[in-house]
Amino acid sequence: MAAALLGKKIGMTRVYTEAGVSVPVTVIQAGPCPVLQVKTEDGPDGYNAVQLAYGDVKPHRSTLPMIGHAGKAGTGPKRFIREIRLAEKPTANLGDVWTVEIFEAAGTQHVDVVGTTKGKGFAGHMKRHHFGGQPASHGTERKHRSSGGIGGNAPRGLGRAIKKGKPMAGHLGSVRRTNRNQVLVGVDKENHLLLVKGSVPGPNGGYLLVRQAKTRK
Amino acid sequence: MIQPLLQIVEDKAKKPKADIPQFAIGDTVTVHVRIVEGDKERIQPYTGVVIARRGTGINETFTVRRIVNNEGVERIFPLHSPKIGKVEVVRSGYVRRAKLYYLRDRVGKSRRLRDKKTTKQTAAAPATTES
Repeated sequence: MAAALLGKKIGMTRVYTEAGVSVPVTVIQAGPCPVLQVKTEDGPDGYNAVQLAYGDVKPHRSTLPMIGHAGKAGTGPKRFIREIRLAEKPTANLGDVWTVEIFEAAGTQHVDVVGTTKGKGFAGHMKRHHFGGQPASHGTERKHRSSGGIGGNAPRGLGRAIKKGKPMAGHLGSVRRTNRNQVLVGVDKENHLLLVKGSVPGPNGGYLLVRQAKTRK
Repeated sequence: MIQPLLQIVEDKAKKPKADIPQFAIGDTVTVHVRIVEGDKERIQPYTGVVIARRGTGINETFTVRRIVNNEGVERIFPLHSPKIGKVEVVRSGYVRRAKLYYLRDRVGKSRRLRDKKTTKQTAAAPATTES
C-alpha cells in the first residue's frame, strides 16, 4: 500500500552522517494520522482511497458535520484532511492510525513532499520571472526594475500585439507545490518526526502531505 | 511548540557533552581531523590559534588560524562534526575580545604580542601539553 502521511513543517537544521558529512534536513512532524474514511472500488465511491487527518481542532471551533465525520473513526475533529488515492484496495480500516512506521514498513527511501509555498504577494518581474531589470546607470531613470519591452505595437486588425502568457508582474507564491524524490534521511518514531534532505514548500508550521516517492523507491 | 521538536533532532545529532572539546578564544590548539582516503582513515593534526567561535547548537563552528609558508591559513571547523576528533590545547593566550580578526593584519612578532601568559605559536612547537 502506498505509504503517505500528513504533517507539519517544523523547521530546518543539519545532521551529520557517520562519515562526517553535514546534511541539511527539514524536520517534519508527520502523523499520527487517523483514517477518517475508506473508499473502495466496489463501494459507492467507485475508486480506492483512504482519507487521512492530522492536527486537532477544538470541537467548539469545528462544525457538527465535521465532528460527526471524525466521530465515525473514533477521533475528534481534525484541522488538515486529505485523501490518498490507492492503486489497489485499501487494507486499512476506519479508525486505523497511521504513523511514521508505515514508511519503514514500506522500505521508503525517497519521498514526495506536497505543500503550499510561501505567499509573496504581488511581485515584480525580477522576483517572479527572474528578469534582469534595467541598468543602474547610463541615464536610466526610475526604471531600474522594469521588464523592458513586452511586444510589438501592431495596429488593430493585424493580430494581438502582446502574446498571451507573457511573463509579467503579478501574484507569486501561495500555490501547491510538490517536491519529488527527496531523500528520507531519518525517522523518529517516538516523536513522530521525519527528516527529509533539503527544503520543502511552505513556512514553518505549514501543513504538508508526505508520500512515498512515486517514481523512485 | 515548534522549537522543542527541532531541539530534539539537534540534540541527537550533536556530540555527547563529554566529547565536546573545551578551549577558549586565543588558545593555540591542535585539532585532530579525520581524513578518509579511499577506504583508509587517518588523522591529520592541524595546529593554530582559535580566533573565533560562532553559531549556536549544532551549527557552532570555530576558526583556527595558522601561518603556512608565510601565508595565513584559516580553517573553519564545525564543532559537532564527527570529523573533528580531539582538540588539544597547546597554549592559552591572553585576549580581551571574542573575535581575534585583528590578528589577520599583524605581521611578524606582533602576531604573538597578545599572548600575555606565554608566547603564541612558533612554527611547529611539538610541546604537547595534555588538555
